[in-house]
Amino acid sequence: MLRSSFTALRYRPEVVPRRLLRRPEEDLLSGTGAPQARPGDPTPDVGTGSSDSRVVLDADQIARACARMAHQILEANRGAKDLVLMGIPTRGVALAHRLATVMDEVESVKVPVGALDVTMYRDDLRRQPTRPVGHTHLPVEIDGSTVVLVDDVLYSGRTVRAALDALGDLGRPRAVQLAVLIDRGHRELPIHADHVGKYIPTRTGEHVSVRLAEIDGVNQVSIEPGDPFRGGT
Amino acid sequence: MRHLLSAADLDRTQITEIFDLAEEMSLVQGRPVKKLPALRGRTVVNLFFEDSTRTRSSFEIAGKWLSADVINISAKGSSVSKGESLRDTVLTVAAMGVDALVIRHHASGAPWQASHWIDAHVLNAGDGTHEHPTQALLDGFTIRRHLRRSAPDLVDFEGKTVAIVGDITHSRVARSNVLLLSTLGAQVTLVAPPTLLPPGVDSWPVLACTDLDEVLPHADIVMMLRVQRERMSGGYFPTPREYTIGYGLTRPRLEAMKSGAAICHPGPMNRGLEISADAADAANSLILDQVAAGVSVRMSVLYELLGGAE
Amino acid sequence: MTDLLIRGADIVGRGRSDLLIRDGRFVDPADAGADGEELDADGLVALPGLVDLHTHLREPGREDAETIESGTLAAARGGFTAVLAMANTTPVTDTAEAAEHVAALGARDGHAQVVPVGAVSKGLHGVELAELGLMARSRARVRVFSDDGHCVSDARLMRRALEYVRAFDGVIAQHAQDQQLAGAAACCHEGEISGKLGLPGWPTAAEASVVARDIQIAELTRSRLHVCHVSCAETVDVIRWAKQRDINVTAEVAPHHLMLTTNEVLNYDPTYKVNPPLRPNEHVDALREALADGTIDAVATDHAPHARHDKEHAFAEAAFGMLGLENALAVVIETMINSGLSWPELAKRMSIMPAHIARLADQGRSLTESQPANVVLVDPAARAVVNRDQSASLSRNNPWHGRELPDPVVATIWAGRVTYQKAR
Repeated sequence: MLRSSFTALRYRPEVVPRRLLRRPEEDLLSGTGAPQARPGDPTPDVGTGSSDSRVVLDADQIARACARMAHQILEANRGAKDLVLMGIPTRGVALAHRLATVMDEVESVKVPVGALDVTMYRDDLRRQPTRPVGHTHLPVEIDGSTVVLVDDVLYSGRTVRAALDALGDLGRPRAVQLAVLIDRGHRELPIHADHVGKYIPTRTGEHVSVRLAEIDGVNQVSIEPGDPFRGGT
Repeated sequence: MRHLLSAADLDRTQITEIFDLAEEMSLVQGRPVKKLPALRGRTVVNLFFEDSTRTRSSFEIAGKWLSADVINISAKGSSVSKGESLRDTVLTVAAMGVDALVIRHHASGAPWQASHWIDAHVLNAGDGTHEHPTQALLDGFTIRRHLRRSAPDLVDFEGKTVAIVGDITHSRVARSNVLLLSTLGAQVTLVAPPTLLPPGVDSWPVLACTDLDEVLPHADIVMMLRVQRERMSGGYFPTPREYTIGYGLTRPRLEAMKSGAAICHPGPMNRGLEISADAADAANSLILDQVAAGVSVRMSVLYELLGGAE
Repeated sequence: MTDLLIRGADIVGRGRSDLLIRDGRFVDPADAGADGEELDADGLVALPGLVDLHTHLREPGREDAETIESGTLAAARGGFTAVLAMANTTPVTDTAEAAEHVAALGARDGHAQVVPVGAVSKGLHGVELAELGLMARSRARVRVFSDDGHCVSDARLMRRALEYVRAFDGVIAQHAQDQQLAGAAACCHEGEISGKLGLPGWPTAAEASVVARDIQIAELTRSRLHVCHVSCAETVDVIRWAKQRDINVTAEVAPHHLMLTTNEVLNYDPTYKVNPPLRPNEHVDALREALADGTIDAVATDHAPHARHDKEHAFAEAAFGMLGLENALAVVIETMINSGLSWPELAKRMSIMPAHIARLADQGRSLTESQPANVVLVDPAARAVVNRDQSASLSRNNPWHGRELPDPVVATIWAGRVTYQKAR
């Protein structure tokens, strides 16, 4: 069991030079442009049919990125001791569970997974209608542990800022790290991710859409041209 | 949602959202830091024309735990006798730059009127003999929690019967609960002596009945209402004793309740009158849960009203 | 005084003719001189000046809400040439001096004849009779007595009052409200809406039961009883029964009860708080029918001006009452003429009968030679949206604000004097 899954998840870690972050349209993981859909991939559902939207990660690529991140996290922390994965709802939680699954398969360790809703800590609450609040769940006491915050997309950094504040109200971890599936650049705060699935250079107005099977029934990351007046996420 | 004036302002989805958020809020109460920053910089004024320590402090804590600045203003005593109109009082308070006014008034409709005069959000914290929507929300929330103990996936109250027993005519809790619980799909049955059933009750989405013993074995929830002291001398029923025998939740009636059924009371209770000590303290009494739910539900409502853009 | 010639008016809907006014009376139009003024009344209906049996002028005491001057100006705009000023002023009109004071203020400031109503009981307290005889004998010549705002609850006091006023052909105008069934807090018709809104109910039985009692006392005393502001079908039934038995009872209905229903209070707007309260539609229908068939003799406005700050309270705590003088005729045209009431019948309900009940010799007369020239010229077709801010009243509690209604009054002439003329 262990071996087979290890084989399946073989990968080559890549170091991403930061200077490349802003280079547009370059796929740093595969070296290609928009990947081809392969037979067996779930059919993208409505919304991706737009001719302007482009798929930047397909199901396999997402799986590989997750696997790589899981390894990175374990490597960086010399194992799973005192590690807690805290996903930021909605898709961050699903990703945290995926990371935990990989860690379990790789090292046979059960890393506790929680959810950290940051809605009430956001700095933009008053800029839009009342946002629905997600669930916060602490799987263990976090005092003294290493909390890895997990989110789907890192953009302005404001969500992470909110998450750090929210975390501070829950306890005092020894260290906090950040893992994101997509880093799309355009930071507005001095925040960077420790573990990144993929860097995707984007324009400000664009929208990065992460779809995960647990929530959306499909695994896919795409870039959609956003409403220029709204800004992307 | 701009104001919360009546339980009728809420549809089933909104009520469910408020309940779900209240569940989250109740978890906050177990944390080392009980405060959330969502309403930082917002000002909530509790404008109480009628005393109510319990409701006022519940709103106060709810506001503070959401980081709002909460100010209590007691405007007790008839403004008519003070020469200042309700409109003057409300405008004066609103002019101080408040984001929400939580209004409790001894006269029906006062929060409704206030909402037409000012821009701030208005929350009805009980108006005369009209409505008390946050009480109904916390009652509904408590009932949902109770029902979910045996049915964790329960989303609404379809197929459930709630009996509301007592002075319906003068009860704002009853009015709001009738609206809220029936919106959630419950069958509400009102039980009272004919003198305490309101005029026009036939048009309410309820069954009305004068015989508690007929209703009791079918009710999943039995909600007992407080008998106000002034009603006892108002000739609505001959004596407290006769009321207790007819409409009190006595020990024998406790036995007659459906198995798994629970007891609610919005408080404060007249032990020995509408509810016996046995019933109040029974294992299936939700009365303390109701009190505990007050802050969570009001946090949830304040967030719904004030958490977003104007 | 120069002559005033009114040309071509339809006289009470019976046919066109000219009217000539000289020295406050009608004279033969053929006598018209060359130097008189002329009023073209082509297409207008001429009615005898309207008489309001039930007006609150607030002076003396609450001159911030209304004065005799402003109230009678509103009356003139509404087509009225006489108003009966209710006794619940400060001080209460319960003495000859108080009555003469009101009459004198009316003579000085009035744009219509001001006739004081005397209180039935001292201070309106419902305990001892006021000086009914002295008020009757005073220069104010009081004939109508009422504790309006309060019901004369004590049956014995009611009996004595009815008996006593027989000596001078007076009438007791009763505000019928059983205090036990509808106490001071009662502010909404008892029914579906009061139950829903949690407002203290005012059941119709509280009115009809008092009227039934008073009718029995009127029969016993062979005296004149007048029922103020009938609001419900049950009271109509009782009055109809009494009239069949020739008991000496008359009744009035207020314009708002002919048109507005309990639904108006759904927004807790105190503008619609009135005593007796607005009733459901079936009562409105019964009142219209009773006014049409004469069971109800008169329309009376219950014009009740209130300062804004007395109305801007919680509904249950706000003052009772609404304005009525300026829009009364409009409402009667809308509800009655437009569904078949004739102009002579309307003149009877709004001028002739009220004048007769109040025993006003110079009001409610025919528009014929030698009669006092009290006349209102009416354009039956004109309509307008009511704007409370354009009222002559000092108060703004106008329940018709924002509604389109007939806008009938073109000119009002009281004792030969033009008290109001619409800008053309």
